[in-house]
Amino acid sequence: MKYAFYPGCSLECSSAAYAQSIAAVCRLLGIELAEVEDWNCCGATEYHSLHRLTAAAVIARNLALVDGSLTELVAPCAACFLNLKKVDHQMSEDPAWASKVNAALAAGGLMYEPGRVKVRHLVEVLHSDVGEEGIRRRVKQPLRGLKVAPYYGCQIVRPYKDVDNTEYPMKLDELMSWVEAEVVPYPTKAACCGGHMTQISEAQAYELLRRLLQSAEDAGADVILTMCPMCQLNLDAYQSGVNSYFGTKFRIPILFFTQVLGLAFGLPLKQLGFGKEIVAAIPILKQKVPAALAAASAG
Amino acid sequence: MAERIGVYVCHCGSNIAGIIDVEEVARWAGGNLQDVVVAKDYKFMCSSSGQQMIEEDIKNHQLTRVVVAACSPQLHERTFRRACKNAGLNPYLFQMANIREHISWVTTDKKAATEKAKSLVAAAVRRVRLHRPLEPLPVEVNPRTLVVGGGIAGIQAALELADAGYPVILLEREPSIGGHMAQFDKTFPTLDCSACILTPRMSEAGQHPNITLLTYSELEEVSGSVGHFKVKIRKRARYVREDRCTGCGICVEKCPTKVRDDVFEAGLGVRKSIYIPFAQAVPRIPVLDTEHCIYFTRGKCQICGKFCPTDAIDYDQKDQILEYEVGNIILATGWKMFDCTRIPQYGYGRLPNVFTAMEFERMCNAAGPTGGKIVLRDGKTEPRRVAIIHCVGSRDVNYNEYCSGICCMAALKYGHLVLEKTNAEVYSFYIDMRTNQKGYEEFYQRLLEEGMKFIRGKVAEVTNADRSEEEKGRLVVQVEDTLTGRQRRIPVDMVILMGALEPQEDAMDLARKVGISCSSAGWFTERHPKLDPVATMTDGVFVAGCCQGPKDIPASVAQGAAAAARVAGLISRRTVWIEPVVASIDESKCSGCRICNNLCPFNAIEYDEQEGVSRVITALCKGCGTCIAACPAKAIAGNHFADDQILAELEGALWDASPEALLATFGKKEEQLELKVLNV
Repeated sequence: MKYAFYPGCSLECSSAAYAQSIAAVCRLLGIELAEVEDWNCCGATEYHSLHRLTAAAVIARNLALVDGSLTELVAPCAACFLNLKKVDHQMSEDPAWASKVNAALAAGGLMYEPGRVKVRHLVEVLHSDVGEEGIRRRVKQPLRGLKVAPYYGCQIVRPYKDVDNTEYPMKLDELMSWVEAEVVPYPTKAACCGGHMTQISEAQAYELLRRLLQSAEDAGADVILTMCPMCQLNLDAYQSGVNSYFGTKFRIPILFFTQVLGLAFGLPLKQLGFGKEIVAAIPILKQKVPAALAAASAG
Repeated sequence: MAERIGVYVCHCGSNIAGIIDVEEVARWAGGNLQDVVVAKDYKFMCSSSGQQMIEEDIKNHQLTRVVVAACSPQLHERTFRRACKNAGLNPYLFQMANIREHISWVTTDKKAATEKAKSLVAAAVRRVRLHRPLEPLPVEVNPRTLVVGGGIAGIQAALELADAGYPVILLEREPSIGGHMAQFDKTFPTLDCSACILTPRMSEAGQHPNITLLTYSELEEVSGSVGHFKVKIRKRARYVREDRCTGCGICVEKCPTKVRDDVFEAGLGVRKSIYIPFAQAVPRIPVLDTEHCIYFTRGKCQICGKFCPTDAIDYDQKDQILEYEVGNIILATGWKMFDCTRIPQYGYGRLPNVFTAMEFERMCNAAGPTGGKIVLRDGKTEPRRVAIIHCVGSRDVNYNEYCSGICCMAALKYGHLVLEKTNAEVYSFYIDMRTNQKGYEEFYQRLLEEGMKFIRGKVAEVTNADRSEEEKGRLVVQVEDTLTGRQRRIPVDMVILMGALEPQEDAMDLARKVGISCSSAGWFTERHPKLDPVATMTDGVFVAGCCQGPKDIPASVAQGAAAAARVAGLISRRTVWIEPVVASIDESKCSGCRICNNLCPFNAIEYDEQEGVSRVITALCKGCGTCIAACPAKAIAGNHFADDQILAELEGALWDASPEALLATFGKKEEQLELKVLNV
């Protein structure tokens, strides 16, 4: 299985753990990720509100750069995923818009034919392309006893309906059940983490984060699993902020789902980026899945 | 001798005349088309004065053929054929051009529409010249009727016919008749006890000398046509001999298993592996469910057999195939409830205290799993606040666009029952309140007075993720209150989902078996939505109740009775005349290859061994044309769809495609035409 790969800026630094664990897990599963050469930032959520054509061109440039022999592009970040998918979709739906975007790309000698590249999120690829059998076959350390809250956030399932159920997605739940983790019902799994709201209005952002943390704690989760660098950063880095703002005592590690998959596959901790999270995950893992952790530490 | 053809172009008010220049079409046809001696346009051709005009023209102008350009022949072909017949013209010397559904309703381009109308008229004129007089075929009507589905609509239809003295087979796939109505506690808006009004009708149907009741049975195959259908019915093995069983229930009592009852109790209650679905079941004969029976799954038990006082348990019973001939078929197969797990944000199946409407019906029923007590899933706690969510799967582009019609009233009924039986508050979350039948609006007013609370807004989600002390441990309904323009979160203890009414899973299969069509949603299509609501496009097949679309009990009963009246009318006529549009085999050309025998979907071709030729049984033939196309010797011809007729029709439609077609259609060359022929 070979896919074009668009890592996105976050994976370079703040989500290095995601980047590392993706690389390790995909290598093991035989998924070849060919990084798009000379890719650029997707513009995140802000650029679209400032200048639509520039934003679209910035994103379409990455689509245009996808190696002609590849038809599927994997993006692990929810915002990058949505931006890429949205621009491809809008260009496909509106040929006049597509020619405007392509006129902008032409300045750099590029052209993107709408619909040529299918944009996919990593969780879809693992769930649908590798599939249950492919995942189960690799499990060396079943994560029995670890209660995980799968958190999807908003951008992967909305507004496009073809990834998973928009209101109550299940693909990450299923993926985690295949490695035998105990998936808790997580009612806020598709609610918003606040995105960049932490920079604009702390009070609003903290309330959104508090709801996610509270609901995970009520569900008895040991860890929250994310599939988006922004969600991970918000829940992890601002957890102490939430605690001091509301007087709560949350201590829930926030991990990337690929880290936990890697643990179940028996990959070494070093390759999975553990230790980079702010709310430490190792103590709870030691308590809940000692065998898996011991194996990973030894490796 | 040249034919004398009359052409009549209908305005259909503005339906046709608003787009097509009908006067121009009539003028053009009259001036140009070969053999056309009269061409007129008229406001409403189907009106009695329109028909009269045609009749008079036939007499005064000695017309030998008639063409009407109007709506679909499905609507008015019969009308105009009758007009021809009244004026002494064989009704099959008539042809209809559909310029409404095929032109004016589907375009806004007036010029192109007018030109296409000319083409269709030219096609009809060319074709009708080659029509041959035909006589309808008489078929005797078997007085026996098959009613498929034993809910209230089917029961009503069966009783009406049986009371009129005609034999009826009432077919039901569940172990008992009664349908959904048997599951209900009360009926709106009168709050009659559902069982009290239904069960007398059930037992009447069960005991009626003219009704053969076949429960736990399904329709396998249908052949033939109006007057003489042949039906094959699979009578599934009950493993209980009906001739011996007295309905004492000892077998049920002794059976050691417990199985969740997903059908009658909507998953809220349990039954045994051998069971009678409910106390008033008709017939009161148990059914053994082999999937859960200990003997059938593990090979040992047979306790029911040991205790049965009449030796009625028969573990070796097999499905039986029964064959009957019936004159008419009434479909009354009802509906199924929307699967509420398809809307995961409402939590059904995940949050225990979210209930479906059918679960709640059973809960309210004194004979139901909670003995009529309204309690949470734990079986004992009474709710303090109940939310009723409307339009779950209805009026929603993601699921069903249609309104299910009955849920608003059912929700009001539930509100009343909660207020009557508990101290709880009740909230209704509705999009629009629809209470438009006799006594319904009054019932709504009554609930407003009783204190049921109404919030206008589509619920976003039902969640257990609390945000405050008040919400802790409860279900929270998140909704935009569109009357106050605010987002609201309302903590409740119980949620009832008013699931949509959907067509039965196998409705399309059944439609195919009897040769009728379904709407895109899957409801059976009636012959005319207003004027012929219980007949279908297939003669002798009628529909009643929810299988035709969501409706309440009074409407279902009315349709059951209406369908029965239609059938009784056919039976009392004794003979029906069926379309002579059938195939016929020229025996001098038939080589006896028998290719057609197996292709015929209606088994209407028999083979004569002695003569070595095939013959069409005209009473069974539906004129589909399969054999005609397949015959390698071209020995089969189709009445009214003969090759020369079809080719002439094409030539007329394509009159402007070649000078030859033009000459054939007009009898003149282009430069000789009185009115200019426009090329589009």
